[in-house]
Amino acid sequence: MSRAALLVLADGRFPAGGHAHSGGAEPAVKAGRIRDAQDLAAFCRGRLHTAGLTAAALAAAAALGLDPLRLDEAADARTPSPALRATARRLGRQMMRAARASWPSPELEALAAARPRGAHQPVVLGLAARSAGLGPEDAAHCVAYETVSGPATAVVRLLSLNPFDATAVLARLAPEMDEVARRAAEAARGGFGELPAASAPLLDITAEAHAAWPVRLFAS
Amino acid sequence: MHIDHSHEGPAAVSADATRPDGRRRALRVGLGGPVGSGKTATVAALCRALRTELSIAVVTNDIYTREDAEFLLRNAVLPPERIQAVETGACPHTAIRDDISANLEAVEDLEEAVGPLDLILVESGGDNLTATFSKGLVDAQIFVIDVAGGDDIPRKGGPGVTTADLLVINKTDLAPYVGSDLDRMARDAAAQRGELPVVFTSLKGEDGVGPVVDWLREQLAGWVA
Repeated sequence: MSRAALLVLADGRFPAGGHAHSGGAEPAVKAGRIRDAQDLAAFCRGRLHTAGLTAAALAAAAALGLDPLRLDEAADARTPSPALRATARRLGRQMMRAARASWPSPELEALAAARPRGAHQPVVLGLAARSAGLGPEDAAHCVAYETVSGPATAVVRLLSLNPFDATAVLARLAPEMDEVARRAAEAARGGFGELPAASAPLLDITAEAHAAWPVRLFAS
Repeated sequence: MHIDHSHEGPAAVSADATRPDGRRRALRVGLGGPVGSGKTATVAALCRALRTELSIAVVTNDIYTREDAEFLLRNAVLPPERIQAVETGACPHTAIRDDISANLEAVEDLEEAVGPLDLILVESGGDNLTATFSKGLVDAQIFVIDVAGGDDIPRKGGPGVTTADLLVINKTDLAPYVGSDLDRMARDAAAQRGELPVVFTSLKGEDGVGPVVDWLREQLAGWVA
């Protein structure tokens, strides 16, 4: 594996569209559930161990070489909210563009051709990791990290939260991110039957409501 | 790895200047500039002036609403299927420069839905003087400022004012009311931009957008030549 390639893929500046999404943080801020760094930490922890674990395992499985189209179906089955399905596919399409330019491979080409409107983002990210010579743990780490870094960046913008406090929240979560990535990769090695299906119902519900807001800063 | 052979099959990043069938794709022109300088009004006027002779589509980048897209729809400058809004997550300059993926997707979707197109106008969300478009997204860019925003803006410069392919100084009709010196703006703009063109517009007047239309026609002629 190339540790530097992992840094490129995990970089928040990797141009794959994530900057326009809050990972559910915008409705949580609006509802008063995130008001400070402590609330942000609780939100991130919840997202990491639910939606984050599920997405990390899908990415790890794609990095291992499991059939991406079956993984895409598995991702649909684990995403009950139509708004979040649409978001996952949109971000998957954007990840695909950046991945094909960065680490072109026949497997990425095949998935792009089979899902021109976008496969679920974690599946594309996992395949991108595979094309970059990375392994399942790397892909899972990448997803675990972006599961919490996205909301943290969004909350800095939404609440004018001190950016040092937000970054400290991410640093404190590092051991839990490692653990989630480890569990995700382990599950992926067990094949389709072992893929976790942890979910956060409140994130699903608020995503549906958020998608209907006439005025919002983030796309999701 | 075969990283240097990324142009086999369909283009990965859609920056290629030709369509898969070998024809030239639509010319993409970005319009940037500060909030309230008249970007949307300029887009609307351009569509009205050119829509009978060209197949046009518009991408808007609203910062937190769909106001700009809705303004264009309400004024019926183009049918709704020719207008797409991109959401920018509080960072309009990121969406047109650092991470252009959502805008490229909108451009591709428009080509697919209503193409073949001759011209795609990509309007940025209102931003600051440093906002410029990526060359991976547009082929040429227009920076729109206005006389009421302060007649010292051309002198202040910044990437938008100094490097845009066309600088539009809008709302000249307001100059006497806000004490802006148009000659000074023209001199400062010329000093900042060298040979790059500058036009003055007042969209309230008859054919107010004319100078921008003339510039666009030149760009289109060069693009399809």
